[in-house]
Amino acid sequence: MPDPRIRISGGRLIDPANRVDDLLDVCIADGRIVSVGAPPDGFRADIELDASGRYVIPGLIDLNARLREPGEEFKATIDSECRAAAAGGITTLCCPPDTDPVIDTPAVIELIRHRARQTGAARVVALGALTRGLDGERLSEMAALQRAGCVGVSNALKPLASTYIERRAFEYAATFGLTVFLHAADTDLSANGCMHEGHLSTRLGLPGIPEAAETVAVARDLALIQQTGVRAHFCRLTTQRAVRMVARARFDDVPVSADVAMPNLYLSELDTIDFGADYHFIPPLRTQEDRDGLLEGLHSGALSALCSDHQPHEADAKLAPFPATEPGASGLDSLLSLTLKLVEENHLLLPDAIARVTSGPAAILNIPYGELGVGRAADICILDPAATWRLDENSMLSQGKNTPFRGWEMPGRVCYTLRDGRVIFSRDDS
Amino acid sequence: MNTANIQIRDDGRLRHFLSTEGLTRELLTEVLDTAESFAGVTEQSVKKVPLLRGKTIVNLFFEASTRTRTTFELAAKRLSADVLNINVTASSAVKGETLLDTLRNLQAMHVDMFIVRHTDSGTAHFIARHVQPHVSVINAGDGRHAHPTQAMLDMFTIRREKGADFGRLTVAIVGDIAHSRVARSQIHALNLLNTGDVRIVAPRTLIPSHIESLGVRVFHDLREGLRDADVVIMLRLQRERMLGALLPGEHEYFQLYGLTEEKLSIAKPDVTVMHPGPINRGVEMDSKVADGPRSVILQQVTYGIAVRMAVMSMAMQENSTAQETHA
Repeated sequence: MPDPRIRISGGRLIDPANRVDDLLDVCIADGRIVSVGAPPDGFRADIELDASGRYVIPGLIDLNARLREPGEEFKATIDSECRAAAAGGITTLCCPPDTDPVIDTPAVIELIRHRARQTGAARVVALGALTRGLDGERLSEMAALQRAGCVGVSNALKPLASTYIERRAFEYAATFGLTVFLHAADTDLSANGCMHEGHLSTRLGLPGIPEAAETVAVARDLALIQQTGVRAHFCRLTTQRAVRMVARARFDDVPVSADVAMPNLYLSELDTIDFGADYHFIPPLRTQEDRDGLLEGLHSGALSALCSDHQPHEADAKLAPFPATEPGASGLDSLLSLTLKLVEENHLLLPDAIARVTSGPAAILNIPYGELGVGRAADICILDPAATWRLDENSMLSQGKNTPFRGWEMPGRVCYTLRDGRVIFSRDDS
Repeated sequence: MNTANIQIRDDGRLRHFLSTEGLTRELLTEVLDTAESFAGVTEQSVKKVPLLRGKTIVNLFFEASTRTRTTFELAAKRLSADVLNINVTASSAVKGETLLDTLRNLQAMHVDMFIVRHTDSGTAHFIARHVQPHVSVINAGDGRHAHPTQAMLDMFTIRREKGADFGRLTVAIVGDIAHSRVARSQIHALNLLNTGDVRIVAPRTLIPSHIESLGVRVFHDLREGLRDADVVIMLRLQRERMLGALLPGEHEYFQLYGLTEEKLSIAKPDVTVMHPGPINRGVEMDSKVADGPRSVILQQVTYGIAVRMAVMSMAMQENSTAQETHA
């Protein structure tokens, strides 16, 4: 079946990458955008989508989503999560390499891409392992992983054995122009910590992760980024000081970028007061001051992307004493709405907020999505900004129902999601 | 849900005993008064009261303990309850059974109370959230978080030694605060009881971040910390902490923070010396101090039984009243 010709009419088109925010129609043919504004001569749509009163924005790109397949299908599958993503307006998911087996051979990435294509929902791109089996010691075959389609390399949450290995890994990645995605944590300092080290970790007697676990790692990594010239990205910064270090490095033209995870913008260490396992995160929720620093970084652009840090779990993973629970929250369902909520709460302007989940991550991943120019792939989210909904087990499509935002009133409802010019999600009452 | 409230019933009485934090001065005083009434019982030749007859109490210990478990067991038996000791490290945990499954299996045997000790902070709270409505949970130590019955027997000891007015007391807690659940529970209890001056004394490696926020004054010099103290509580220093990055060794530790008669002379003449045990003689304190006239270390153990009887009977109050009405 050929790709349908689609006209989206009457909506407010917000395309931050092209500085567009206006009432403009979009026409789509062969999976691509063929016009923004007046349709091409003689264009006849197979499908007309009425977007009156709605926003038409680029499909969201989630920089960090664990799909749990291969290896942990009892938590989630590529199928379940790609469908949840589509329903949340997300058209591209980037999955880190800590699957089982690890993404350190072309075969694993091929498997993931194949399964994602089968679902016909969101697209999946993947980061390859920086070291074999993420062991932190032996370089992976980065050139082969790049040929197989990896958009970058990372050691996920696993540490590298030494600064020597780190230097060589950066140099080897730079050879192929691969971006290195870094989890900034000095594991000697974070040790067995399970929350921010501060007055609450002292009160609760929980092992803490000091701020310096992040800042020491960022300082070390920045020095090696400058030494090697590799392009690097800091994933999910949590501290105000680290954001400022990255902002300064960017000012000095160091080829580095950074993102923040949604929970760190809305929650803080104080939320763990009751030992609630839904607030167990690695890296951890920090202080109110850090939260302000992250919002400031997001506003200034030092943090150019906002991710869900999606980590779906089975119910049992959170049913234990706090330190024994698995960290992370399921975030695909709430990424768009919580992004809009930042606008509602006056932290960001609407185009900037949308940029942080579209063109921002696209630039970091160096992929040709996240904008709505003519000739681009038609990855589009159409949403009703006035509609609200409640996040709960029934409204979540992700297989993982673990979320600290349960019961929250969410602004903005996705009506349609298109990927490569195909409708991959439409709400029944749209 | 709030940590402060899960322990207390709607009518203000004790439901669980998980932490001294979040309780009220009235409840702590009630624990001490009730313990006072039981202290007489434990000194009689027939040491039993029938308050918890027919009740089943499970000592659920996921971490080795001799003294705490034994005193809980004795306390339960003196209240005429049936006691089951379960050492989980040696049974289900190794077979991969989850904590919740262990709990559900025991509940199916109609247990009325769990006494829980676990290496993870927050375990007692977790269990309290998942037990049936009629079941009470007593925390016998969770990670570095809380050991509230130890703290209450210490308060009981202080009250017996110094009287009920904590407002005029200076209490110094000395040693490994960072890894101590006992210290945290003591600090909350002392502050709830309105203690005049609560001090902690230790090198910076043994003091957790932002400890002042719990309402203590921090000292790094033992002599300064002991000045005019009415009560000195020495904490146990685990042997594994004495090597490596926290401390250079026990020799220097004892020199700086070990309690000797000479250093004790800086405190008030009638100072009371306490220790939750077991003592490392020659590390935390000199034997002369441990066995000396100011030491109440063995009384603490004795009082532990009365205090645990008090906490158990208070948490079971509702049910036992109902039962007595029947009889």
